[in-house]
Amino acid sequence: MNKIRLAVQLVFTIVTNGYMYGFMNGKIYQGNLKYMCVPGLNCYSCPGAVMSCPIGALQALLNQQGLTVPFGVLGFFFVVGSLLGRVVCGWLCPFGLVQDLLHKIPVFRKRKRLPFHNILKHGKYVTLVLLVCVGSMFLFSGFAKIPAFCKYLCPSGTLLGALPLLSRNELLRSQIGGLFYWKLGVLLFLLLLSVKVFRPFCQYLCPLGAIYGWFNRFSLVQIRWEKEKCISCGACERACPVALDVQEISVSPECIRCGKCVGACPTKCLQFSGFKAGSVVSGKKEA
Amino acid sequence: MDFLKNDAGDRGISARRRVGGYGWLPGVLLGIIFLWIGAAQGQFGVIWRKAVMICLECIGIG
Repeated sequence: MNKIRLAVQLVFTIVTNGYMYGFMNGKIYQGNLKYMCVPGLNCYSCPGAVMSCPIGALQALLNQQGLTVPFGVLGFFFVVGSLLGRVVCGWLCPFGLVQDLLHKIPVFRKRKRLPFHNILKHGKYVTLVLLVCVGSMFLFSGFAKIPAFCKYLCPSGTLLGALPLLSRNELLRSQIGGLFYWKLGVLLFLLLLSVKVFRPFCQYLCPLGAIYGWFNRFSLVQIRWEKEKCISCGACERACPVALDVQEISVSPECIRCGKCVGACPTKCLQFSGFKAGSVVSGKKEA
Repeated sequence: MDFLKNDAGDRGISARRRVGGYGWLPGVLLGIIFLWIGAAQGQFGVIWRKAVMICLECIGIG
């Protein structure tokens, strides 16, 4: 399961960032595919990006149209979220892939969560409301309307957009200032933290995870628990990288559907499932 | 409260967890309607115009 997921992550990242001309010349793709969004966090200023970032697109609409409902991006979130939930985070997000790879480096004793997890996990909702929504509409720089999340926090933009562009574009490189070093610091902090803690950005800061997490409970793709087969061995809970117990797997907004619990279960009582009429997706342990 | 039982007759399942079925379908339909409204309002043009120019804020120099 892990190898399949890694392959999907790699293929999806390469396909959605496959504009090689951009990497070679320090420019970005300007074709019609950018009318559409990728499901994961993928900066549209990445030289290789062939589609738009959904969070960037949401902020662009809020910047341009203020309090007008951004139906285009909301529709995208409803369709993708209802079908996949946080499968996007576990299988399709380039920045999630980067954090996964860093977490495999065998240097520190690994942790699944940070201390004060139950408080910090709400950080992604704060980011969504304050930086993506309110900040983009009017909060920062007076009423100048800037994409506040992209500008002050997004590590994906720094890693996939800024670093490749600045390495090939002398004009942009000459304009580097304090803001760039702030974003570089945020990126380096999160990358270093990823070596120790499983996906800190996804667990604590990602506004896209906050949105897709809301769809987890009723999305089409679920992890189904057949309680009658369960021998309560706890293998799934030990395998879960975000430390969920078996009754939370799949329905929790924190579950990224990585499938490690499915692979770990000795009795195969946990399975990925699409639509199955009347199925109990996850149940409650007997006392 | 029989509707809370699963196939094995287990009553220890909260309604909150009894998901699946067609729960995703209204979301997809609503999403398609929203996409259609967004397209009619020209919102994808706004997104495209933003996405085809280098976003200086995104790369930390804007």
